[in-house]
Amino acid sequence: VAAFGTGAGRPLAGRSGSPGFSFTLFALLSVVVMYLDQRGHYLEQVRYVLQATAYPVQLAVSSPAAAWRWLKESVQSREALQAENTRLRAQQRDLEVRSMRYEALARENGDLRGLRAALPPVADRWLPAEIVNIQLSSLRQRLLLDRGVVNGVFKGQAVLDDKGLIGQTTHVGPWSAEVILITDPEHAVPVRIERTGLRTIAVGSGDTTSLALPYLPANADIKTGDLLVTSGLGGVFPEGYPVARVTEVHRDAVQPLAQVRAAPLAHLDTDSEVMLVWFRADHPAAPAPPTAAGGDLKSGSAVMQPQAAPSKPRPPAQNAPAPQSTPAPKPTPQQQTTRAPRSVPVPLPGATADPAEAAKSTAPAAEPRQP
Amino acid sequence: MTVDSRGRLLLSALVALILTVIPLPPWLDVLRPAFLVLAVLYWSVNAPRAGGIAFGFFAGLMLDVFQGPVLGEHALALALVTYIAVREHQRIRSKPAIQQALFVLMALIVYEVVLFMIDGWTGHPVVSPLRWVHTLTGALIWPAAAAILAYGAGRRA
Repeated sequence: VAAFGTGAGRPLAGRSGSPGFSFTLFALLSVVVMYLDQRGHYLEQVRYVLQATAYPVQLAVSSPAAAWRWLKESVQSREALQAENTRLRAQQRDLEVRSMRYEALARENGDLRGLRAALPPVADRWLPAEIVNIQLSSLRQRLLLDRGVVNGVFKGQAVLDDKGLIGQTTHVGPWSAEVILITDPEHAVPVRIERTGLRTIAVGSGDTTSLALPYLPANADIKTGDLLVTSGLGGVFPEGYPVARVTEVHRDAVQPLAQVRAAPLAHLDTDSEVMLVWFRADHPAAPAPPTAAGGDLKSGSAVMQPQAAPSKPRPPAQNAPAPQSTPAPKPTPQQQTTRAPRSVPVPLPGATADPAEAAKSTAPAAEPRQP
Repeated sequence: MTVDSRGRLLLSALVALILTVIPLPPWLDVLRPAFLVLAVLYWSVNAPRAGGIAFGFFAGLMLDVFQGPVLGEHALALALVTYIAVREHQRIRSKPAIQQALFVLMALIVYEVVLFMIDGWTGHPVVSPLRWVHTLTGALIWPAAAAILAYGAGRRA
């Protein structure tokens, strides 16, 4: 082994330049790359190409798990499949009955709110995606999905499962997309407490089982068991999707803020399939268009500035139903449609019923993996 | 010779990369050594011209694609570590495995310090002490990793 490097001797060493020189060169290069990647979108194309080249490795890495899953599914017994089939059928009937009155309720709700016609649901299109790779360390909580630009996936797209919010896409390659989970320490999602309408921000804690709500005053009306739904601020997630349930509330007399933790509703650590969602841009409950919000996503914390991201450059054409109110700094769906944002916990028609619909559309595909 | 060593180098880098990105349970993930850094260090010490700083840089760039908040972060850290290793390769190569492991520990700490600083500057500060654990495990498995890589390299030589 020792002869391996020394055999060539001096002349070759002279040819490739001194290590100091090439180190300086590459150090400068990486600093430039970092600057460009951090400060702007100059490297989106480079990232796109690199992600495409990295995808085969990630596929190879995930193949043992995929093979095991396939094997397990294919050797399932007939009885087990039949049992599952009956269970799914019962569940589907249940969901159909539940959504039977949905149309009528949506229209009724629209009438009550004084809209001329009921709005269609805010979610326009769903795409199931397989999870190819998972990173669940305390520093980074990311997923890699097997859908990319060729499927129409874009940066900053919401990702759900049948129970709740999972995260949003951060880097999109041609055939793959990286998703930052809501529990990533760099992620924050603007939420609303469903019972009271109080808005706050849920920050990831680096652990798939909990979110932190660090910005609630000690006297805030919140208690264990409260449901948190997306508030529609922040420009990525539409209003009204379930996020988490409050698990513990600590009020310390000497601290001005309450310490609140919540458990995500989505099965962040056991899912093998998730849903990518496209929203109707002209719906009042829809998030701000991705072009407006995309600028700040790169740092992973666009949602940390719930005011700035959606309010600055809003193309007026995108939210036509809101023009009669003055240029509101926070165009939340409730403020656009009613004057009492806090006291109306009933969200828009599309938003409430969508989880049910989501469950219905995901159920047949996702259920076989959770017997 | 160069073609052969290039092939082995790339193969070992690919294997190390796969070991680096393969999903593990969180407690194991903390312990996981930076395999790619170890591979790069091995080649920088034992074949400084086949590996070298360019190799370190591109390996780091690959790491950035998989797990870096900013492109170029791991690339810079690995280029620095490779530079140290290439400069000192003759001194390191002649040492017994235990002392090599000490050098590797130092190199991994330098690597992690660079990552730590860049994380801070780019606004992704991670102050958890757990991020330093892998430097120790990396140094611990160094003798074994070096033996495996030497076996792969020696069989051909």
